[in-house]
Amino acid sequence: MPNWIRACGANDVEAEDLVRFDHGDRTFAVYRSPDDEYFCTDGLCTHEQAHLADGLVMDYEIECPKHNATFDYRTGEAKRAPACISLATYPVKIEAGSVWIEI
Amino acid sequence: MHNAGYRDYSLTEPNAKASFCNAEWYASPVPRKRLKELMKRSDLQALTNYALWLALVVATGALLVTVWGTAWAWPMALIYGVFYGSGADSRWHETGHGTPFKTRWLNDAFYHLASFMSLRNPHLWRWSHARHHSETIIVGRDPEIAFPRPPSVRDWVLNLLYIPAITKELGKMVRISIGNLTDAEKNFLPESEWPKTFAASRAQLMVLALVGLAAIALQSWLPLVLIGLPTFYGSWLHHVLATTQHAGLAEDVPDHRLNSRTVCLNPIFRFIYSNMNYHVEHHMYSMVPFYNLPALHEAIKADCPPAYRSLWACYREMVPAVLRQQSDPNYYIRRQLPAGAGTTPTYERPVIAAE
Repeated sequence: MPNWIRACGANDVEAEDLVRFDHGDRTFAVYRSPDDEYFCTDGLCTHEQAHLADGLVMDYEIECPKHNATFDYRTGEAKRAPACISLATYPVKIEAGSVWIEI
Repeated sequence: MHNAGYRDYSLTEPNAKASFCNAEWYASPVPRKRLKELMKRSDLQALTNYALWLALVVATGALLVTVWGTAWAWPMALIYGVFYGSGADSRWHETGHGTPFKTRWLNDAFYHLASFMSLRNPHLWRWSHARHHSETIIVGRDPEIAFPRPPSVRDWVLNLLYIPAITKELGKMVRISIGNLTDAEKNFLPESEWPKTFAASRAQLMVLALVGLAAIALQSWLPLVLIGLPTFYGSWLHHVLATTQHAGLAEDVPDHRLNSRTVCLNPIFRFIYSNMNYHVEHHMYSMVPFYNLPALHEAIKADCPPAYRSLWACYREMVPAVLRQQSDPNYYIRRQLPAGAGTTPTYERPVIAAE
């Protein structure tokens, strides 16, 4: 049974940026790409659990603020050390001006 | 008098279990919009700096070749060596963070070049430095504490010629090339990284061997004076500048304002040292490329202890402190935060239960 949760308003995220979304004891990162597509991954870097929301989005990659590990936020793939483990990704939809994620 | 055993700086058990990487580290507030501007990378800005540096290495190297065999070779080697050894060390560091260039392959290409020029294994040092940023000057966790207490002044002086540090790096290069890692290295280097770590040491050794063969074939020291030896005779300036980063300051405190220094330097030193004199800023926001560190300094300076006005001002405080730590290892310089500055998070070393 899909569980769709409202994460934020679509305009709460600037293009080529991300916001943090906490739900229960979990934390997520919601991204808006340069071409205005939305994506969602786990919010913590797989290397040392830093919040990715403090990092930098460049094109389709998020760079961790702590050690500059990078991930492709569309697929979660770890692209640069020190991250070796990919991020979990979650389906996203836009409805009525809000970003919804399926967890 | 050395008080051996004052603290256990080793990364092996029991410290191996005591990770503090999730401790809350202080960060001076910077609005997200401003921080995004400061974190932005520019190939143009980075290339301007790196191309000038490479041009200086090549030009001074060419002049050294021209005057080789005359008395002018000595001062020329000194100038060439500083651009080669000291210039490469700071650029190894910057490209290791991946921050100067927007284009990744440019970062990576310069990273491998500068790693070789500073005789560092690019993979081992990337992970070692990641730990240094996670657990800066946390005893038993940070592999890059240059002045464990009580500090060795002898090693510091010898390191002006990089003798202890680079002799260690050369030994490490040989050891790793035959697939041998220490327990401490295994503590921060994941197993998946081992094959490329071994391969990098082998490649670096091979280049050094080729340079050595060229010296034998030409019956001249010149090839080695140009490649390999400058790391020894040219890294002294980097060492003089890098000593200011943490020496004599607090250990085990999750606040880079108290365990790191920002020192005002002249533009030539800042160029060679890639602005790493803004060391509080670099540790607090390691995503900010070196060319934006002066602007970051302006953004947070009201929340930080005052920057040292000069290298001399820094050494005048630091050297007596390091000398005193030889007999009094509990002594350290307590940096004073300005009135109204943010509060240092509380921090306690975890107690590690015996098994």
